[in-house]
Amino acid sequence: MSNEANGGASIDPALLRGLTQRRLSRRDLLRYAGTGAGTAGLAAFLAACGVKTSTPKAGASAQVGSHEWWSKQKQTGVLNFANWPYYIDTKKGKHPTLDAFTEQTGIQVNYRPVINDNAAFFAKIKPFLQQGKPTGWDIIVITNGPQLSELIDNNWLIKLDLSLLPNFTANASPLVKDPAYDPNNTYTVTWQSGFTGIGYAPEAVRALGRAPNSINDLWDPRLKGHVGMMSDNTELGSIGLLKLGIEPSTSTPDDWNKAADVLKQQKDAGVVRGYFDQSYINKLENRDTWISQAWSGDIYIANASGYPELKFLVPNEGVMVWHDNMMIPALAQHPKDAITYMNYAYDPSVAAKLADYINYVTPVPAAKEIVLKQLKDPTVANSPLVFPDAAMDQNAHQYYTFKGQQDLTQWNDIFEPIIQS
Amino acid sequence: VERHLRADHPVVASGRTRFGKRLAPYVLTAPGGLWLLIFFLIPMGAMLVLALETPVQTTGFKSLGYQFTWHFGEFGTAFNLYHTQLFRSLNYATVVTIVTLVVGYPVAYWIAFYGGRRKTTYLFLLLLPFFVSFVIRSLAWQFILSDDGFVLRTLRAWHLLPSNFAILSTSTAVIAGIAYNALPFMILPLYVSLEKIDRSVVEAAKDLYANRRDVFLKVILPLSVPGIFAGFLLTFVPAVGDYVNAEILGGTGTTMIGNVIQFEFLQAQDYPLASALSFILMVGLLVGILIYGRALGTRQIEEYV
Repeated sequence: MSNEANGGASIDPALLRGLTQRRLSRRDLLRYAGTGAGTAGLAAFLAACGVKTSTPKAGASAQVGSHEWWSKQKQTGVLNFANWPYYIDTKKGKHPTLDAFTEQTGIQVNYRPVINDNAAFFAKIKPFLQQGKPTGWDIIVITNGPQLSELIDNNWLIKLDLSLLPNFTANASPLVKDPAYDPNNTYTVTWQSGFTGIGYAPEAVRALGRAPNSINDLWDPRLKGHVGMMSDNTELGSIGLLKLGIEPSTSTPDDWNKAADVLKQQKDAGVVRGYFDQSYINKLENRDTWISQAWSGDIYIANASGYPELKFLVPNEGVMVWHDNMMIPALAQHPKDAITYMNYAYDPSVAAKLADYINYVTPVPAAKEIVLKQLKDPTVANSPLVFPDAAMDQNAHQYYTFKGQQDLTQWNDIFEPIIQS
Repeated sequence: VERHLRADHPVVASGRTRFGKRLAPYVLTAPGGLWLLIFFLIPMGAMLVLALETPVQTTGFKSLGYQFTWHFGEFGTAFNLYHTQLFRSLNYATVVTIVTLVVGYPVAYWIAFYGGRRKTTYLFLLLLPFFVSFVIRSLAWQFILSDDGFVLRTLRAWHLLPSNFAILSTSTAVIAGIAYNALPFMILPLYVSLEKIDRSVVEAAKDLYANRRDVFLKVILPLSVPGIFAGFLLTFVPAVGDYVNAEILGGTGTTMIGNVIQFEFLQAQDYPLASALSFILMVGLLVGILIYGRALGTRQIEEYV
C-alpha cells in the first residue's frame, strides 16, 4: 500500500478493532468532577508546599538498578500493579493472563486499574517519591510525556536490567525499542501504543463534497463551527506542526510559534467549535462537531455503540503515536517480581491474548500470527491499527520530548493561550 | 447583646463579672473565628506564600522544590496572561446574578405569599433536581441542547431557527448553565426574607391607601433586601469561580478563570501562577463584596433582620 493511498483512505470501522477504550477510561469524567480534581489538587498542593528546597531523597543511589543490584534481588511472590481501566484481558471479573502468570511463577498480582489521568496519578505518587517513601506500587503505566520525563530526571524510577528481559530483546517491535523519551529502554518498556488522528461524521463529507483526507480539512471554512480540536496542548501543538509538515519530535520553539499561528487563524476564523478533552467524542456523536481530532479507539467504541457512521482517518500528513509504558518506581518493594512480569508480557502468546482483548498497538509484532492462527481473530490480526504495517509505521510521528521544565513551560505558554481563550 | 449588658447595669456591678461579660462575645464567636482562621485565613496565607515562591532552577525535570523569593512579579505575569478570563468571569457572574434575581424573585414571592399550606412542597420541588450531581445535570443540558439534539432539531424543522444556529459553545450557554445551577441559592434566601415579612405591615400599608405597586416598592422590596444581599453572595461568588459549565457547555472564547486555575494547577503544575491567580480572584471578590456591603448598608440590613 502506498503511503498516500493508506493516508487518504478512511479506515473501515470493521478494522477499527484497534485502540479501543483507552481514552474513555483515561481522560474520564474525573476531570469534570470537582471532587476528583480537588483531591488531586490537594495532593499536588501538598507536594508543592510539603517538601521545599530539600533534594529528593527517593533518588535511587548509583548502584540501584545495576546488573549487580538486580542479581541480588529476590522474588517475593507479590506484585502491586497500577494500570489504566479496561487495559488488560478480562473474563468474568478475572484476568486470565495474570492467573497464568501466578501459576507459572507463584507471584500473586494485586492488579488495580487506578490510573485515570497521567497528571493526576503522578500528583498522587509524587509526594511519596519526594519524601523518599515507597509509593506502594511495583509497576506503574505512564504515557510518554512530561510526567515520565520528570520521573526519569528525578531518579524516581529503578533502572531495568535488559538481561532480565530476554523476551523484550527478542520480540519487541523496533517502534518501542530505544525510544527518544527513554534511550536504550533504561527505565521503561512499552505496555501498549496508540494513534491520534482524525474522526469524522457523514456531515463532513456532505459539506466538503468528498471524504476528508488531510489535516487541512480541519481548517476548511465549509466546516465552520463544526471542527473539534483537543484541549490537550501536546495533541493540539503536534497537529499544528504536522499540518505545516514539521516533524514534531525534532521541532524547535520557532516551529511551535508557526504552528500556534495557524492554530490561531483556525480559531479566529470561527472554524473551531471548541477545544475538548474526552468529551470530543460525544460532540462528534451528537454532531456538534462533524470532524475532530480523535483517538481511534474512541471511534471504534462509538461504532460499536450506536454510531457506526463515524470514521477514523489517517490523514496524508500522518498521525501521532503515543506509548504507555511500564516502569518500576523508586523504592518499589518487589522489583524482581515486577521485572519478571515485564518479561512475561513480552512473550508473544501473552502479548497476543492482551492485544486480542485490548485492541491497541501491541509492542510484540510476533503476536499477529498467534492472534490469527490460535485465537482465530483475523479482524484484529489484520487491522493496521493493532499490527501496523510498514505504511502505517511511516505515517506515525513521535511527539516532541521535553528536555526540561523550561522547555515545557515555553510550549505551554505558546499553545495554552489558544485553548484557554 | 451589648445594649442589655451595659457596664452600668446593676447586675454587672462587680469587676470580675464585668470582665467575664466583656469576654463573653469573643468566647461565643470563637468557634466561628476559629473556623474562619483555619479554613479561610490560613489557606489564603498559604496561597500568598506559594505565589511568592519560585521553583529552584535545575536542568531537565529534576525537581528541587520551591524557594520563597518575594516574587511579586508573579501577580503581574498572572494578570497579563489571563486578565481576559478574569474579567469574563466577573462579567458572566454579574449577568448570572441579575438573571437569577429576575427569575427567582417572583418565584420566591409567590411561594412566600401564595404558597399556603404547600410551601414546603413547592420548596422541595424546587430543590428536587439538585439531588442529582450538577455535573450530571450539566451533561444532560449538553445532550438536550446539542446541535442535532431534540430541541434544536425540532425548532429547525419548524423553521423557527436558521440552519446554522447553535446554543452550545456560546457564552449564552455558559451563563445559562451557571444561572440554572445557581437559581435555588438565590430563591431560598429570598424566600426566607419574604416569608419573614410581617403581614400586618403589608396590611397597614394597604390601610394607608398604598396601591399594590407602592406596597411592593416601598414595603416588601426594602424588607427583602437582606435576602437579595444573601442571594447575591450565594450566587455571585460561586459563579465567578465556576469552571464546570464553561468546560461542558462552553466553546472557544468562553473560558473562565476557574478553568485557567485548574489547568495551571493540575495540568501545568505551575503552582505559583495558579496561586497568584486564585489570590487575585479572592482579594478582588473580598474588596468587591465589602464595597457592595457598604453600598447596600449592612447596618440597614441588620435593622431589617
